[in-house]
Amino acid sequence: MLRYALKRLLSLCISLIVASLVIFAVIEVIPGDPASVRLGINAQADTLATLRAEMGLDRPLPVRYWDWATGMLSGDFGTSYTYDTPVADMVADRIGVSLPLAIYALMLSTVIAFPAGIFAAAKRGGAGDTAVMGATQLGVAIPNFWFAMILVLIFAINLRWFPSGGFPGWDQGIWASFKALTLPAIALALPQAAILARVMRSSLLDMLGEDFMRTARAKGLTRRQALWRHAVRNALIPVLTIIGLQFAFLLAGGIIIEQVFYLPGLGRLIFQSISARDLIVVESVVMLLVFMVIVVNFTVDLAYAAVDPRLRSRA
Amino acid sequence: MRSLVPGIVITVAVILLALVSFVWTPFDIESLDVPNKLLSPSGAHLLGTDHFGRDILSMIMLGARTSIAVAFVAVGIGLTLGIPLGLWAAARRGSLLDEVIMRGNDLIFAFPALVIAILITAVFGPSAVNAIIAIGIFNIPVFARLSRGAALSLWSRDFIMAARVCGKSSFRISWEHILPNIANLMIVQGTIQFSLGILAEAALSYVGLGAQPPTASWGRMLADAQTLVSIAPHTALVPGFAIVITVLGLNLLGDGLRDWLDPRLRVARL
Repeated sequence: MLRYALKRLLSLCISLIVASLVIFAVIEVIPGDPASVRLGINAQADTLATLRAEMGLDRPLPVRYWDWATGMLSGDFGTSYTYDTPVADMVADRIGVSLPLAIYALMLSTVIAFPAGIFAAAKRGGAGDTAVMGATQLGVAIPNFWFAMILVLIFAINLRWFPSGGFPGWDQGIWASFKALTLPAIALALPQAAILARVMRSSLLDMLGEDFMRTARAKGLTRRQALWRHAVRNALIPVLTIIGLQFAFLLAGGIIIEQVFYLPGLGRLIFQSISARDLIVVESVVMLLVFMVIVVNFTVDLAYAAVDPRLRSRA
Repeated sequence: MRSLVPGIVITVAVILLALVSFVWTPFDIESLDVPNKLLSPSGAHLLGTDHFGRDILSMIMLGARTSIAVAFVAVGIGLTLGIPLGLWAAARRGSLLDEVIMRGNDLIFAFPALVIAILITAVFGPSAVNAIIAIGIFNIPVFARLSRGAALSLWSRDFIMAARVCGKSSFRISWEHILPNIANLMIVQGTIQFSLGILAEAALSYVGLGAQPPTASWGRMLADAQTLVSIAPHTALVPGFAIVITVLGLNLLGDGLRDWLDPRLRVARL
């Protein structure tokens, strides 16, 4: 297990280094010098040079990469060009919206998908199965931002149960914030729930054909008992991986949903920074998102290996 | 067969709609007709008009063109780069090259696709072409991984062994024997990626990073409709349904093709 963990840790580090190099390289290609954007087109050459030096833009690329990468490791994400505040503070503010939203959506997705998937597998081939599968077909075809707009139309504009957008802030009370995140979380969760329900169903169907299920029935368990005690637990293993992948998707997918609901999360921060040519913010937020995705996948891999010893030898 | 037929019907209908728009649309969408803005669906405007008085049906037809073009080229990028990479990795299985290709794939998978698509379009400016590139890049590892896996299982088969005994190079074996045998699998996956491409294009143009006006696009129509949804719900409903129906049709087509091309899979479908 330790050998496997170390091996995965090494590949985690390599992924992070390559990812940071790619992001840094891509951002450096962006046309437009942040210093001249800040000063406008009439800037004097010497003022420009001074500002460039102040912002550290005159140093060689490898030095700038090294400073940025090591800075991020110690929690220093640089200083925003446009707001002149530390990027880390801006990110800390925004992540308080994006992360709870992703977790909320993940919980909803799991809560919907598990019973749906298990039900469909148990009623395999029957009307219930067909209905659930039809619903999941529809679920994966609906763009989440459009679903979000429909939710707003029904539950915010017509029924007035939830706010149509905006975020009051956690200091305004947990209930109000929770309410503001509910529609976005449902919109994010729906397509993911559809995928998860399908995985749950097919994973469970694989298990139902296993020898141990026949043994379970032979020793006198009812179909239902065998399903819950043996099949569901084993079927959860592949489902775990998908949940890990989904968390990554929900974090990133939140970017679009945040636009629909005007939520002040990381997604809106990225868009604002892109239009303001605030490269350091874009760079750091993208790196942070990639970092979270890679770390979540790493954790899932380890959890997977811990649950299923067969995987360790295979790696 | 129960998904193949509806899948074909819907897909062909959407493609026809896009093709017809080259020669005819009910109205000219470039001439604004502001007095007739936000009309509900009626005899004159079957799907109503938008905030500039443009005919929504005409815009849906033109938008179908954008969606199909973007998704089609993006899948093309994935197919033409991903499959050769996958076949190459499979031909040199276990080598350093194989390792590099597969780890490279893992790396692309580790990036949240949407974030990188946003990054690319932010760097090179929003346009349909950059949306294609952004979506296309994420199709490469999908096809590379799938074709490598499928090719690996073929390499141990007797008929490949026979081809090697005949002195064929691994390039010729990949091209003449492996590729035809994995083509079905690639077509099915291509259909699925196509539908994902349509969704991705809609999302990118919704946030303003896809096709730019005056090019019509479903995602952009939804972005325009967002502030109007309470006074003119049809402006948001129609483009949304266009996306859902198209994606649903392609998914059904993919499922149907899989069953049709590979009877063994008919029993064990997801």
